[in-house]
Amino acid sequence: MKYVLMFTSEPAANAATDPEVAKAVYGRIYQWFQDNADKIDENGAELQPVETATTVKSGGIVVDGPFNEAKEVVGGFSVIDVPDMDAAVALAKTWPSLELPGIAVEIRPMVVDYSQFE
Amino acid sequence: MAALYRRFGDFDIAEEAVQGAVVEALTAWRRDGTPDRPAAWLTTAAQRNALDLIRRRGRQEALAARIEPSVAREGTDDRLALLFACCHPALAPEARLALTLRAVIGLTTPQIARAFLVNEQTLAQRIVRAKRKVVSTHIDLRVPEPDELPQRLGDVLAVVYVMYNEAFVSSTGRTQDRDLGADAVWLADVIATSLPDQAEAWGLAALLTLQHGRAAARFSRNGDLVLLRDQDRSRWDHTAIKRAGEMLERAARLHAPGPYQLQAAIAACHAEAPSWAETDWLQIVTLYGALIQRDSSPVVRLNGAIALAQLGPRQASEALADVDRLADRLGGYHLFHAARAELLRLLGRTDEAAAADRRALELTTNEAERRLIQTRLRRHPLTDGS
Repeated sequence: MKYVLMFTSEPAANAATDPEVAKAVYGRIYQWFQDNADKIDENGAELQPVETATTVKSGGIVVDGPFNEAKEVVGGFSVIDVPDMDAAVALAKTWPSLELPGIAVEIRPMVVDYSQFE
Repeated sequence: MAALYRRFGDFDIAEEAVQGAVVEALTAWRRDGTPDRPAAWLTTAAQRNALDLIRRRGRQEALAARIEPSVAREGTDDRLALLFACCHPALAPEARLALTLRAVIGLTTPQIARAFLVNEQTLAQRIVRAKRKVVSTHIDLRVPEPDELPQRLGDVLAVVYVMYNEAFVSSTGRTQDRDLGADAVWLADVIATSLPDQAEAWGLAALLTLQHGRAAARFSRNGDLVLLRDQDRSRWDHTAIKRAGEMLERAARLHAPGPYQLQAAIAACHAEAPSWAETDWLQIVTLYGALIQRDSSPVVRLNGAIALAQLGPRQASEALADVDRLADRLGGYHLFHAARAELLRLLGRTDEAAAADRRALELTTNEAERRLIQTRLRRHPLTDGS
């Protein structure tokens, strides 16, 4: 069963985090990908800061900034392949950044069966 | 149902099949007595129903052919697995209760809507959304691994606890077509028996068994609510109370105290007391102290204050001060004002007590509770302490 993990954070909370602590956590993220290589289908991507975001809206209107005004922003995503939701939750819980404030990991099952659209 | 869901991959069919089986069971067991292996009986009946349903849904005929002859087996683990799935933290809390009632207890949507006074359509949507999420996110039907179990069990116990209390409150002053309280007691019992080394599971089973064992005395013959102090204690189910005591002892041997065990211990003190006056209030106050350390919610503190007030006049003043500190958070709750009225009356401040009772009356929506407070106001200033 494939799920996408979306890693979100609050830039305001990030800015308040001790850089040394943030650096240590960042180091463990690399380790996390190695330790869980068997459960990760695609490493996905880590995104540049939200200030770099540009959004194209309905009708082709191009605007500066992310798609919504929330204080949380998406910072990256990965695709995992685990047996069920419990396994997905268990893996998400080990995401190193979760020990910092303002972090959230959203789990979304992926559409893999396209027969319903045929 | 879990087994059927796994086998057929269709939540609706599995659910409908089990519901049918439960109805058949209740009819057949009342007529012929409970079979030796009730779970196996249910499993077989449910499997037969599932096959019928699938055959009826012509388009799924191919599926029916794939199913091997049914193997009846005890279904406790499956039922427990289903319960954990219905109470999964990925589902919204209100959906967990609805789904549990539907899939584990086997109530119909209209029955659930009636029991909890919610709009049937809203409830149906809530259930459909929850079921869709179970399937689409692939929430597996299994009992969680040991490291996850305590937290997940907490979610399950909370649903059963709410189920009992909601049923208890909503049934007050109304006739019910089904004893949901008994269903909750049964479910708590299933959980404790299936996970015998979980102290809080025994704690909840004991608590609900005690509450249910005393439920019959809560209403007088004409349907009026009777307060604990005035209840006819001979109408309590003393066999159930004794059984709950054994459950509590079992929990205590596991040396893992928790809020359900403490609440059950408090309920046991009441259940074992020959009368209101002869109740071991000191013990109850001590237990409330321990409970408040773990759960400092205002309602728990309110009940703790009422117990404290029974120890004497000095403690009653102290209790009133405790209660008044909760005004910010409980000001809109009718039982807050009813409790204040009780304490004020205990302290001889009858005018203020009547004012508090009037406030309680304004806030309560429950018919039986309204009648109780009205009676109390009519008796004023003849206080009987109730």
